Amino acid sequence: MTLLTTVFAAIITTVLWYKNAPKNEMKLGTLALMYWGASLMWMVDAIAEFIELKSAYFTPEPMDMLNDLFLGLSVVALGLIIWLIILIVKDPKGVVRAALLKNKN
Amino acid sequence: MACFIVPAVEAVVTTIATKVVKSKEIKSENLEVGLDSKDIESVKEKSKIPFSRKLGWLGNLLWGGSGLLAFEHLWHGEVVPWFPFLTAAGNSADAAEMLHEMSTVGVGMAGLVTAVWIGMVVVSSALEKKSDEVEEQSEKSLEEA
Repeated sequence: MTLLTTVFAAIITTVLWYKNAPKNEMKLGTLALMYWGASLMWMVDAIAEFIELKSAYFTPEPMDMLNDLFLGLSVVALGLIIWLIILIVKDPKGVVRAALLKNKN
Repeated sequence: MACFIVPAVEAVVTTIATKVVKSKEIKSENLEVGLDSKDIESVKEKSKIPFSRKLGWLGNLLWGGSGLLAFEHLWHGEVVPWFPFLTAAGNSADAAEMLHEMSTVGVGMAGLVTAVWIGMVVVSSALEKKSDEVEEQSEKSLEEA
C-alpha cells in the first residue's frame, strides 16, 4: 500500500512537471525524482517480501493495509514538506526575496 | 531494518561528485569564454545538459528515496533518535540480520536506482544527439538554399 501510494504520487507529480515543462519555476522535477526514488526502493523491498511470503504477500490483513495506507499518505506529506522547504530556500521565482526586501524598505 | 543506509551513502558520494564536476564545468566554461567566445562548438556544448545536472537527478532520486525510507523505518521503530540509532544494532543476532538485509535489499535498491538513472542519461544523450543532427541538417539545407 505504501508502494502504491508513492507510485501514484510520483505519477501525478511527473504529469504536473510535464505540463509545466520546460519552465521549472516550481521545482516539480525535484519532487517527482524524490517520489520515484522512494517508489523504486520500495519496489525492491516489495520483491524481497514477495520472495519471502510468496502469494501471502497479496492478501494482507485489513489492519496492516490501513497502517500501510496511513504510512504512505504520511510519506507523501513528508515529501511535500521537503519540496516546500527546497522551493522556499531556492526561491526560483524570487517571491521570498522580494517579500523580504519589501519588508526591509 | 537499515536498508536505506546503502542508498544514503551513495547519495552522499553522488552529492560530492556533483559539486566537483560542477566546479570543473564552471572552470572549463570560463576558459572557453576567455579563449574564443564566438566558437560555435563551445556554444553547441553549452546547449547540452551538463553532466553535473544529470548527476543531480541521481542525487535527487537517492536522497528522496533514502529520506522517505528512513521515515518509514522511524515509523516502524527500527530507527530511534538515541544511540546506536538502529534498534537492530543492540544485539549481535539482529545486527547480523541487519547487515544481511543491507547487503541484499539495500544494495538492490541502490543498484536499481542507479540503473534507472543510467537509462535516463542514455535516453537524454540520444535525444541531444538527435536534436544536434536535426540542427545540422537544417543548417546545411539553409546553406544550400
